[in-house]
Amino acid sequence: MLIELLQVVLNGLLSGAQLAVPAIGFTTIYAVLRFPNFAVASHMTVGAYAGVLVNTQLGWPAGLALVAAFLVAGTVGVASDTLVLRRLRPSGPLTAAIGAAALGIVLENIVRFCFANDPRGFDLPVLRDWRVSLGALGQLRIGPQQTEAAAASLIAMAILFAFLAFTRSGRMMRAVADNPTLAALKGIDAQMVARRANFVGMGLAGFGGMLIGLDTSVDPLTGYRVVLPVFAAAVVGGLGSIPGAVAGAFVVGIGEEFSTIVLDPSYRTAVGFAAILLVLTLRPRGLLGERAL
Amino acid sequence: MTSYLAAMAVFAGLYALMALGLNLIWGLAGMVNLGLVGFYAIGAYTTALLCVRFGWSPVAGIATAAVVSGATGSVVAVITARLKGDYLAIVTLGFAEVVRLVASNEIWLTNGTSGISGVPGLPRAWFSPEQVNLLYAGIVWVAVGLVALLLGRLSAAPFGRVLRAIREDEMVAAVAGKRVLRFKVQTFVVGAAVLGLAGGLYAHYVGYVAPDAFQPLITIYVVLALTAGGTGTMRGAILGAVLVVALTEGTRFLGAALPDLPPVRIAALREGVIGVALILVLSFRPQGLLPETIKPERA
Repeated sequence: MLIELLQVVLNGLLSGAQLAVPAIGFTTIYAVLRFPNFAVASHMTVGAYAGVLVNTQLGWPAGLALVAAFLVAGTVGVASDTLVLRRLRPSGPLTAAIGAAALGIVLENIVRFCFANDPRGFDLPVLRDWRVSLGALGQLRIGPQQTEAAAASLIAMAILFAFLAFTRSGRMMRAVADNPTLAALKGIDAQMVARRANFVGMGLAGFGGMLIGLDTSVDPLTGYRVVLPVFAAAVVGGLGSIPGAVAGAFVVGIGEEFSTIVLDPSYRTAVGFAAILLVLTLRPRGLLGERAL
Repeated sequence: MTSYLAAMAVFAGLYALMALGLNLIWGLAGMVNLGLVGFYAIGAYTTALLCVRFGWSPVAGIATAAVVSGATGSVVAVITARLKGDYLAIVTLGFAEVVRLVASNEIWLTNGTSGISGVPGLPRAWFSPEQVNLLYAGIVWVAVGLVALLLGRLSAAPFGRVLRAIREDEMVAAVAGKRVLRFKVQTFVVGAAVLGLAGGLYAHYVGYVAPDAFQPLITIYVVLALTAGGTGTMRGAILGAVLVVALTEGTRFLGAALPDLPPVRIAALREGVIGVALILVLSFRPQGLLPETIKPERA
């Protein structure tokens, strides 16, 4: 019994690590630009395609493909914000959110136009699960691919935290998130910070999209399928809080794994929705969020 | 050709009904509902199940569809009443997805992704297919007219004034002694019932209900209809719905104009056009074609 419990928690931590990266991207954009950018889903898909293309066509290894996923999705994020969302933001967060949903549909269909609906896979060796013996308790199964993905997302998070803590650009971003008026008074260029937040946020979405594509498959709906758990992670942690998004991702990831014990696995994504409702009812600002509704 | 036009009129009417429902919830009371396709689905499934499994008459089925959808709306409204706009957008978006998940997975009830077929419609033995379409278009547009009339009255009544006050500033409405929560829940219930009605009418027209018919894209269609027509007005909602159907159908001819493209690319182009249209409307004419005008109260 104990070993099954450990296995479930372990699986939850591994899938939580995958959710954390796009959730951080979503929450970063929310923190700086104050609207839920529903286009994260399509940017995740864009990242997954960028990764799969450089991997299968150019033969890049997974690590480099992740960098490509980040850069391509980040660039698309900046472009789509400059062309579309920047004009809508002054009309309020909801207009921007709906515009972002429309943008998501456009991007998804650009991907569909170029690559059709057939699922694509990465050109990587399939590895057998590791088995770790815990003496009398039994054996734990660990997927090497999932472990690598979790390691990659931890590295991405570490780089992001270092960027926010130690670089000028990161500090400016935090200043704008904290108090846009004060930041403007201090002479921080809001447009530039918005561009960088979009690059980092959507880049992380693309990075996470590729991780999820590695685990499942890459098709025009790759990002869309996990967008509910990603939103859930960000909302559970407190929209706009980066440590919150990480905590929220682990909560949602573990919750999803536990749910498979009692529910049909196809209800996994509904767990995220239940988590959103629970948190908003009991603690609307989320686990680590500062601002109340 | 008449059949085709009548079928398009039916869909325009269904979108108009949904746009009217959304207009009440969002246009008047300011509560964004990005999960409206969920209520539409609940309406469609309710009447499909009642009529196919229990042999109810379509009229009773459609009426019950509106009631069940409205009741679901009250639950959603109570849970989300205190949520700010962007949180509400996320929750309602999730709600529609959960409805689709349940519809795909509770096979004992909904027959899963295969859907429920044989939902009774107008008796095909009595009418030619063309007459069926024309008659159904008539029924749907009578429903649109009635709903528009009722909601128009509601919007002009003191009730509607309170909703607009809540939309503009909830705090002020509360300070003026209006019980904001109750107004919000009532509005959500009525709006959701209209969405359920649209779903019920849809089920009996198509005769077949499956989770694939309730894609989030439909929500985008209706949001586009409402914003293009003019948020806050009933006329705008109807005009917008007609325009959206004209646009989605107009792009169908893309396929004929570009015969070299594979169907998946044409489908992608058509969906993309809808997204682009919504972005353009939001950017250049956010108030819509027939914007809301509020007459100043006489002193």
